[in-house]
Amino acid sequence: MFGNLSWSAIPFDQPIPLITSAVLILGILGVLGLVTAKGWWPYLWREWITSVDHKRIGIMYIALGVLMLIRGFADAIMMRTQQALAIGAAHGYLPPEHYDQIFSAHGTIMIFFAAMPLVIGFMNFVTPLQLGVRDVAFPTLNSVSFWLTASGALLVNISLFVGEFARTGWLPYPPLSEATYSPGVGVDYYLWAIQISGVGTLMTGINFVTTVLKMRCPGMSYLRMPMFAWTVLAASLIIVAVFPILTACLAMLTLDRYFGFHFFTNTAGGNPMMFWNLIWAWGHPEVYILVLPAFGIFSEVFSTFSGKPLFGYRSMVAATLFICIVAMMTWLHHFFTMGSGPAVNTAFGISTSVIAVGTGVKIYNWIFTMYGGRVRLTVPMLWSLGFIFTFVIGGMTGVLLAVPPADFLVHNSMFLVAHFHNVIVGGVVFALFAGLEYWFPKAWGFRLHEGWGKAAFWFAFFGFWVTFAPLYILGLGGMTRRLQHINVEEWRPMLQLSVVGVGLIAISAVCQVTQLVVSILKRDQLRDVTGDPWDGRSLEWATPSPAPFFNYAVMPDVEGEEAYWNIKQRAMETQQMGPEPTYHPIEMPVNSSVGFFTAVFASIGGFALIWHIWWLAGLALLGAFAGFVVFAWRDVHEFEVPAEVVAQVDRARRAARDAFLARLRAAEGEPS
Amino acid sequence: MTDVEFPVSVEALRRIREDPHRLGHRGHPVREVVAGAGHGLTGPASKRIIVGYGFWIFLLSDFVMFACFFATYAVLQGQTAGGPTARDVVDPTRVAVETTALLLSSFTCGLSFAATNARNKLWTQVFLGLTGLLGLIFVLLELQEFIELAQRGATPQRSAFLTAFFSLVGCHGLHVTLGGVWLATMMAQLQVKGFRREIMHRLVCFNLFWHALDIIWVALFSVVYLMGSLT
Amino acid sequence: MRTPHRHRRAIGRRYRLAVAAPALGLAALALAGCAGGVLDPAGPVGADDAKILLDATLIMLAIVVPTILLAFWMAWRYRASNTKAQYRPEWSYSGRIEAVVWAIPILTIMFIGGLIWIGSYKLDPFKPLPAKTPPLEVQAVSLDWKWLFIYPREGVATVNQLVVPAGTPVHFSITSGSVFNAFFVHQLGSMIYAMPGMVSQLWLQADRPAILLGQSAQFSGDGFADMEFQVKSVPAADFGAWVQGVRAGGAVMDQAQYTRLARQSQNEPARTYSRVDPQLFQMIASQKLPAAPGPEPQNPRHAGREVSTGGRN
Repeated sequence: MFGNLSWSAIPFDQPIPLITSAVLILGILGVLGLVTAKGWWPYLWREWITSVDHKRIGIMYIALGVLMLIRGFADAIMMRTQQALAIGAAHGYLPPEHYDQIFSAHGTIMIFFAAMPLVIGFMNFVTPLQLGVRDVAFPTLNSVSFWLTASGALLVNISLFVGEFARTGWLPYPPLSEATYSPGVGVDYYLWAIQISGVGTLMTGINFVTTVLKMRCPGMSYLRMPMFAWTVLAASLIIVAVFPILTACLAMLTLDRYFGFHFFTNTAGGNPMMFWNLIWAWGHPEVYILVLPAFGIFSEVFSTFSGKPLFGYRSMVAATLFICIVAMMTWLHHFFTMGSGPAVNTAFGISTSVIAVGTGVKIYNWIFTMYGGRVRLTVPMLWSLGFIFTFVIGGMTGVLLAVPPADFLVHNSMFLVAHFHNVIVGGVVFALFAGLEYWFPKAWGFRLHEGWGKAAFWFAFFGFWVTFAPLYILGLGGMTRRLQHINVEEWRPMLQLSVVGVGLIAISAVCQVTQLVVSILKRDQLRDVTGDPWDGRSLEWATPSPAPFFNYAVMPDVEGEEAYWNIKQRAMETQQMGPEPTYHPIEMPVNSSVGFFTAVFASIGGFALIWHIWWLAGLALLGAFAGFVVFAWRDVHEFEVPAEVVAQVDRARRAARDAFLARLRAAEGEPS
Repeated sequence: MTDVEFPVSVEALRRIREDPHRLGHRGHPVREVVAGAGHGLTGPASKRIIVGYGFWIFLLSDFVMFACFFATYAVLQGQTAGGPTARDVVDPTRVAVETTALLLSSFTCGLSFAATNARNKLWTQVFLGLTGLLGLIFVLLELQEFIELAQRGATPQRSAFLTAFFSLVGCHGLHVTLGGVWLATMMAQLQVKGFRREIMHRLVCFNLFWHALDIIWVALFSVVYLMGSLT
Repeated sequence: MRTPHRHRRAIGRRYRLAVAAPALGLAALALAGCAGGVLDPAGPVGADDAKILLDATLIMLAIVVPTILLAFWMAWRYRASNTKAQYRPEWSYSGRIEAVVWAIPILTIMFIGGLIWIGSYKLDPFKPLPAKTPPLEVQAVSLDWKWLFIYPREGVATVNQLVVPAGTPVHFSITSGSVFNAFFVHQLGSMIYAMPGMVSQLWLQADRPAILLGQSAQFSGDGFADMEFQVKSVPAADFGAWVQGVRAGGAVMDQAQYTRLARQSQNEPARTYSRVDPQLFQMIASQKLPAAPGPEPQNPRHAGREVSTGGRN
């Protein structure tokens, strides 16, 4: 009746997951109770859950990402403390079967449910605003994408208290992940969570390729797009090209596990090396999906806070597309030690190093953006400078790993762990925090508190290095990764130093949360009145803060690069706004619950498939199909926003800007 | 977003004749501006173009997924574990009938789209129905093939080669089946709602999907059945 | 409004600290990582690998350090409060700078590419080492969660213990009886995967007598942390004596013993076997002897918590 599900699935005998789950469930129930008591459900349903507005969806992605970042960080704290304690005769507090789940969950959550949603969240929020349009190409599909990602995250978190998670690492290599060696539900949780959220991500890729290529405001040719939009295009092209590989590869493993197929088994001719190739053919481009929009964020931040256009724009575009293409040609560097032979290793080693050319060009272009500028050392700029230091070193260690004989010494060691954290934290996470500070006012109408932001940065920067520099040393000392306990006494000092770094990062996290709370409490002092708090250069700063749901009352007509900067300069010179445009009614897409319900059925179906509750899985599939049909049958797709409403919103925007220009005129031409 | 009337393709053909390499004639005044084509200078594309474009991108991603199964088939095709080889599992006659059915269904699908362009509901439904029928024949024949193989002991659990064979062929068959379900839903929608804008968009997508499946089948048939019968 | 002089100095100091602290850290890194690590090799393969690692590092540092310093200098010099620096708000292109900016990474990568090409061929794990003495043959099998070493010519076997004569090249044939592992003795040099149904080859040599750490460098399950083995390099003359000593022992490594050994167990003590079936490795590698079974929940040494049998074949 309930497949393999029974009461023994709940970890009554393991205090850590049991207590964590209990606390989390109580917390969630508390939040749900609060929302019910305050009567917020109609608002939440109407304005957020069924919203197809790219800004709302972007914010929800970011919220999901931040929550999962915290969960992933908790896993990291456990891992580093376990390794610092379990040395020699001591065995720490996490037995192997538990530790193995934690590091697997850490990687899975950080990549799929923290980094990806955060990056996609920024893509969602910013791209249509920067392109001067009102929404993405497929707004409802966008909502489905988000909810499917959330469904995957839900499944991974359910594994905490019902059953177990995969114990194979964040990539479930066969034969270890086959049914023979991992007969439990752990790998199944992984497979279904990633498949479901992978569908969502693929749809996001399709959505943004179409948006960037086919939906730009009049006058915005390709070479007039902001740099962030280019990186969104490149990342989305990679998503479309490689997520199907992930789908196929995990589907093959699923068939092996469920039906006894022989794709990757030890018997009957299966070939586990095939899995390695397929999964890394997805896996390496995946990190470029993360890092390219991060580079885009830095391009925006460097140029805005230097008060200058980005240096070498066309060069940057070329470098971005170059990275986009070459990223898909390097995957074998993840298994140089598989014995493919010197010719193959050389080819992939060289292709991997070649990507450093594109990245190097970008770094220098950012540096020369600052040349001749007025660099304002705001919080986003601090994150960007911290990124240059951190990422360049991380990139360097990456090129070292790209040399096969060197890799033969440090593959799968703590050196590797330090390298990829170096580039992901230094590159992606630092960018996300810079972007959060930068675009927060556009989303909420007030800036974040600068002082707490700076504190968060400094603790994160030093915390990162104190955590991971010891890991480089350990890797060079010969320590391999994923050890539940350590038998080499010499490694103890570095392992303990690393935990100190974790403490510093934890303080940074506390600073971030404090910053948010303080900013909300002080929002009136931090109010962004004009919509352009940073003297920005791209179109999103032409809108008020927060941006109205239709983004632009009248679609801008772009005449040169840095669309908004030109408009602004003209206004500053004449010291008045342009004439008021004619307002027309606007058609906007209606909300839809299809995303939410698809995810509900996906979650039920995924859970049912994991526990072999076949009738429930069938019902969920039917339910999802019924949901599609109901959605497909709707008659109303758009609603009209009357011209008066549009005019009202836009006149308020113009008034705020007029007031700013009036203050300018009154200050008698003192430079802004 | 503007909504350009069907079909934009005639305009596009004219433009292609005038400017075959899409140089845009920079420096020369652009003589005509096609609003709603999404070419940057003229604002966002029409919904019709956007839907078609996005669906093409989806099809390309689906091709990548099939490519993975093809690659796996190539790697595993020799791993017969002492069991049946490609020669043993290929039945040329049945495959010929399947191929005929599928290619014919693509033809009837094209005919249905011609009827759609002419806004003729009856003939659209007739040809869509024929398409579905031919697709059903294809799927049933494939199911028959799988059952017969399984009865002979050539199951996907027998060897890695058979795993790859059943998965590749099965993946395509699953796509055809889902396409059939989509077709049935489309026919119902068309009957009830007529040639509304979104129905037209979905019919375009369905046509693209069905023809894409045909392309995949040609590759599959060549790699698996033709080459398999030669080993 | 001009920043007070004191404050400017304080800011400058803070940014100097931001650069100096990590730089000192890196220096400590370089020094501390030496003894006992991969940069302290005990054999020629390890020495060559380490040399390439250091060469590549030096090439990269030559670019990376000036780049980082340039970035910080640029931000510092053109900070908004520095009115002495010229503000050039329209300047965003320079062909000459572009040429240099593309050339630097391209040249660097050409150097690294050369290192890659030459190094990959020279240090191909399958490539034999030059030998004045006949090489020692060792067949290694990774199991859950221990290593079985077979000395085919000497006719003995060990578990979790590898003894080799110093100065003699050792030819490893490596396979796995269960899941992927990686054979790794970090002070001897390169690692290579141990894969079921396949035989990887590796040539290593210890130049001096030493006791070294051997690990598996590819995660393979719950008992992975215990897959360490001791590598003892002994003077060539003593090696023969060691073999004699093992032959004098009692235990035998035949197919039955192997099947018992293949079952999942953690923390296996190091031990030796005085005789070994000469076909054993071949049968494991070709999978005539089936791969090891997975977790057996009823086994008292089993530590897992599987709650479903999944699609077990």
